[in-house]
Amino acid sequence: MDVRKTYKLYAAGEFVRSESGRTYKPDGQNNVPRSSRKDLRDMVKAARGAFPGWSRRTAMNRGQVLYRVAEMLDGRRAEFRDLLGGGRAAGRQVDAAVETWVWYAGWTDKLHQFAGTVNPVAGPYFNFTLPEPTGVVGVVAPEEPALLGLVRRLAAALCGGNTVVALASERAPLAALTLGEVLATSDFPPGVVNVLSGKREELLPWLASHMDVNAIDAAGCTADQLGQVQEAAAGNLKRVVPPGPGAEALSPHAGLDLMEFKTVWHPIGV
Amino acid sequence: MATAISLSHLGSVMRGVRSVDQVGVEERAAGLAKRSIKKASKLWALDLAIRCIDLTTLEGADTPGKVTALCAKGVRPQPGDPSIPSVGAICVYPSLVATAVAHLRGSGVKVASVATAFPSGQSFTSIKVAETREALAAGADELDMVIDRGAFLSGDYQKVYDEIGSVKEACGSAHLKVILETGELGTYDNVRRASILAMAAGADFIKTSTGKITPAATLPVSLVMMECIRDFSRETGKQIGFKPAGGIRTSKQAIAYLVVLYETLGPDWMTPERFRLGASSLLNDILMQIEKERSGAYQSADYFSVD
Repeated sequence: MDVRKTYKLYAAGEFVRSESGRTYKPDGQNNVPRSSRKDLRDMVKAARGAFPGWSRRTAMNRGQVLYRVAEMLDGRRAEFRDLLGGGRAAGRQVDAAVETWVWYAGWTDKLHQFAGTVNPVAGPYFNFTLPEPTGVVGVVAPEEPALLGLVRRLAAALCGGNTVVALASERAPLAALTLGEVLATSDFPPGVVNVLSGKREELLPWLASHMDVNAIDAAGCTADQLGQVQEAAAGNLKRVVPPGPGAEALSPHAGLDLMEFKTVWHPIGV
Repeated sequence: MATAISLSHLGSVMRGVRSVDQVGVEERAAGLAKRSIKKASKLWALDLAIRCIDLTTLEGADTPGKVTALCAKGVRPQPGDPSIPSVGAICVYPSLVATAVAHLRGSGVKVASVATAFPSGQSFTSIKVAETREALAAGADELDMVIDRGAFLSGDYQKVYDEIGSVKEACGSAHLKVILETGELGTYDNVRRASILAMAAGADFIKTSTGKITPAATLPVSLVMMECIRDFSRETGKQIGFKPAGGIRTSKQAIAYLVVLYETLGPDWMTPERFRLGASSLLNDILMQIEKERSGAYQSADYFSVD
């Protein structure tokens, strides 16, 4: 029997259709939810609700959860390879996605040593600078590669303790929506990661102007879209990380780009 | 029917109250809650909702400082934006009435006090009456009393009726809101009986809940109570107010109550004189919705005062 799958959004730990009931056919065959601004709004609310819990977890625990994603993804390599069109290149993309999760799992408890500093100051104080998660991050995944592009940005944002609302590739969202099933079985508390599919032009303005979104990883934006996002993001001074040549590189800076730095003055000898 | 209540017939009147069609009332409430109110109508409804809020703090940890902050918020919910109206009243415990009165003088915002051994109502009538007098002496404009659910559920309607009467007498001209605590009454039939009893005994408002137990206010229960108010008004010509309280946290819920109110009691009740929303965290959500309608961007709680 041929059982066809209904692709759904991954929102607040559940698999849902778009509240608008709309779908589109990016590949001409599969119906994929065409999310509305209200789906986006609900996801941001879920991500905001999940932020205190996720960011207060120990770095080690966050690493364990990210590593668990690698384990879950590893068990479904064949499925993802087929979703990405099959063949050697697809296989390499899945391998790289698994490695990405392992790599950032290792970074969760090292960002502080790597980027934190003890600063010399002219007074009787210890002075520390430490990275802290910025809050709710909107990830605009690159159109290509459909899986790896999203995973690179997602893992980097989650590694520092942010919660995420991710816009899947518009032309090839199937791998991203299926990744939702992997994330759902990886011990993330509901709301920490949310994945939605749909039209960029409908969703980007609402994501960019949303006052409860603290940063946008604009890896998948065109030059025009980036301009619009930056303009709308000025409303609450969102951090906007522009697309760049290094977007696909594995780097702790990809995580640190979505963190804020806090400096603490601690008196000595009082 | 209510005019026919005399003390000797109270029991038979209560037994004669027609029962509520549970499925029908829940369906109708659910249907009305789906109505979509957008743009200018939404802004109008939200403005009315703010004017109808009884901004409430009823915690053991309430301090004069917290009440002062609440009063400031109630008078000017959005500092820097005079187009946002003040709330209807500030609702506090009796011991904090004087603080609220001092901070609301001249603002037009009323002070409501709970009394009568709130929230359980399990005390002596003399103490309840004395508490009412003290709260009013401290300056409360409105009084929220609880009925003795123990007496009501054991069938001692007379005691409940008399107690409301005594408190009403102590209230004088002050507005009396009678809390039925519908979550403890068990059935819609009991809600209808208690509503009729409270209105006949002299309530100016009937109110769903204390907010201390779950379920608090629900739409179907509110619909039942509003229908009682409508019937009572047709029989006696007296227009009793309605106040849902507890669990109303979002603008969407508040608008749903306004829709049911309009469809059941009509435009005469769309005023703070006859409708109040008991709530503590609703106000910020309404402010965020108004700002969203005006600016076109979804809002964040980070930019609104903590309440």
